[in-house]
Amino acid sequence: MSNKDYHVRFKNVQKSYDGKTLVVKDLNLDIEKGKFVTMLGPSGSGKTTCLMMLAGFESTTHGEIVLNGKPINKIPPHKRGIGMVFQNYALFPHMSVAQNLAFPLEVRKFGKAEVEEMVKSALDMVQMGAFIDRYPGQLSGGQKQRIALSRALVFKPELVLMDEPLGALDKQLREQMQYEIKHIHEQLGVSVVYVTHDQAEALTMSDQIAVFNDGIIQQLASPADLYERPENSFIAQFIGENNQLEGVIEKTNKNIAQVKLKNGEKVSALMVDVKDKGEKTLLSIRPERVVINPKASKNSQALEGKVLELIYLGDHIRCRMMVAQNDQFIVKVPNSSFHAQLKEGESVKLSWDKNDCRALKP
Amino acid sequence: MVFRSDEGVGLRKKLLRAERRKKFEALGLIAPLLLVMLVFYFVPIAMMLFRSIDNSQMARILPQTSEAIQTWSGEGLPDEATYAAILGDMKIAYEEKTLAKAGRRLNFDLVGYHSLLLKTGRKVEQIVEPPYKETLIALDKKWGDVRYWTVMERGLKDTTMMYLLAAVDLRYDDDNKIVKVPEQEAIYISIISRTVYISLSITILTLILGFPVAYYMANAKPRTRNLLMIVLLLVFWTSLLVRTLSWILVLQNNGVVNNLLMFSGIISQPLDLVFNRFGVYVAMTHVLLPFMVLPLYSVMRAIPSDYVRAARSLGAKSITAFIRVYLPQTLPGIGAGALMVFIQALGYYITPALVGGPRDQMVSYFVAFFVNEQVNWSMASALGVTLLILTGSLYLIFGKRVNIANMKLG
Repeated sequence: MSNKDYHVRFKNVQKSYDGKTLVVKDLNLDIEKGKFVTMLGPSGSGKTTCLMMLAGFESTTHGEIVLNGKPINKIPPHKRGIGMVFQNYALFPHMSVAQNLAFPLEVRKFGKAEVEEMVKSALDMVQMGAFIDRYPGQLSGGQKQRIALSRALVFKPELVLMDEPLGALDKQLREQMQYEIKHIHEQLGVSVVYVTHDQAEALTMSDQIAVFNDGIIQQLASPADLYERPENSFIAQFIGENNQLEGVIEKTNKNIAQVKLKNGEKVSALMVDVKDKGEKTLLSIRPERVVINPKASKNSQALEGKVLELIYLGDHIRCRMMVAQNDQFIVKVPNSSFHAQLKEGESVKLSWDKNDCRALKP
Repeated sequence: MVFRSDEGVGLRKKLLRAERRKKFEALGLIAPLLLVMLVFYFVPIAMMLFRSIDNSQMARILPQTSEAIQTWSGEGLPDEATYAAILGDMKIAYEEKTLAKAGRRLNFDLVGYHSLLLKTGRKVEQIVEPPYKETLIALDKKWGDVRYWTVMERGLKDTTMMYLLAAVDLRYDDDNKIVKVPEQEAIYISIISRTVYISLSITILTLILGFPVAYYMANAKPRTRNLLMIVLLLVFWTSLLVRTLSWILVLQNNGVVNNLLMFSGIISQPLDLVFNRFGVYVAMTHVLLPFMVLPLYSVMRAIPSDYVRAARSLGAKSITAFIRVYLPQTLPGIGAGALMVFIQALGYYITPALVGGPRDQMVSYFVAFFVNEQVNWSMASALGVTLLILTGSLYLIFGKRVNIANMKLG
């Protein structure tokens, strides 16, 4: 792929606010045209700072941000042509919906008739045509969000940034808006850079997710890869739920390691970022990939587990077990007609595919 | 025996009963201040305002005349009985030494009355028998002039509009009609418009100087913001008098500014910086600046930076974003600050009195002048009333547009 097809490139970008600590440490991120890329991470991980640098509201301390093949470090925000949706919507309270949407067009000196038409079609896109004469104070949170979205899109930018735009909405509305934003993205083909700390939101909407922690991108991958193939223990813990077992690598065979657990039991695991014999490792297994009382198979292995607690959750039963001295080992037992009947205090055999057990650096 | 059901009481009554305790508590909290305000603020102001129309002392000094003149038609001279009455009144008033007071009051309406009463009063002892009318006219022909009787009749009523009219350069003419005073005597309208003009200028100056400061404070780090706030409030820590006097020290002919300018060779003669309009502007702007900055600051702090950022991301230059997005949102603050500065400036006394020249004095100066020098409380309070009406109407016009909630300081 040639450079041109990247819409946005962060090259060795660093950011410091106080001249002592780096909020963003050596960030490299390439965003393809037309993709929906999410920056996901806990608060203070540097994701919003990256977005602000891209929008032009924060300077880069070091490195370069390239937009459409051109470095934009010195271009002021209003000349970048990037649409932006803010967390608190930032709709101008003294302007009506129509005036809010017309604002980016007026500063671009569009003709009056053209402005009217573009405003109307942008409002229709979010089904808000009937609200054209309202003021922001007369709209609900969800309605404000739609207006903010259509205002960011009305001047037809190729790149739209969204800074936790659904953070203030209730759960149901948030989920509805997630689909809507996703559909609009597909419909318009714009590139979207989306910042959120809600991983379910990130998994639902994104083509690619960049997980931030401690000022660096821990992993950039598609939602499926991120969930199923975490590359380090932070990702394994941060995305979804994972069981963790401590152990030491006893021997290696290609990319499969034999790991000795704390209680002496041995399991095979896929080596991800560990490679040497004798190295300490953290095994991570998804709760839904654990099989109870398995039939023998050559890829699987059996461990002893004692049932400590059973929680009925409707579609599945959540079972907390003691496995290899870890009493927080969770197994999700699907509530199907043939599911295993467990009792508290009972000991069972557990197994999983060795490719689902990932050996990571602790 | 019948128990009353709960429904019988009624929901509204029950609510009132339940809330009554709260109301008493609230009343208890504000009662002390309310009482103090009533006794030491509203009552004196009401009495002051009443003074501007009160005229009852005249009827006390000249009781018989006040009664007798009611039969006078206003055409031609009054009858013999009225002359007898005024003679009787003057006799008593001369002895009690209240005649001069009445004279001063009538002189205010018609120049010459003071001397007429005193002159007649001295000789009133000698007149013992009728015809009083002819005797009085013989004594001074002014007693035969209808104008003097018109003024007397007007002057004996319980209330008078004379002072209020005078405060806006109007008076009664000989036919009891309200007319403008001759141009060379008219001063109050020009003083009132001067007061408004100075106050308006101060308001604009504080806005120009205060807006950037408030903006910087609202967007500064907490430490810087606190420091600036202290510096700003420092103005309140020193007395108004000290602040004003120090401006004289700074601006006078051999003051700091002039010395510095002359030392650096920019000027060879000291500039007149104080005891003129310039001095008034400098000192009053300084004193009133916090009242502009604080409401502005509190409004600006509530404007999230996202608005300007949004405008910029939508393609607006920073100046466009400021004018079209930021400035309109600060309007409540500008309104509140301007109203506070303007209303305070209208009533300013000490500062212009000390650093201004004779042509820079405002309405309050003349209020003080009438109280301290002329001992004319009525005229002082009439000027006070014009000031109050000016302030009140401004507040009614603009106060509604400016949310009172924005008047808070900080």
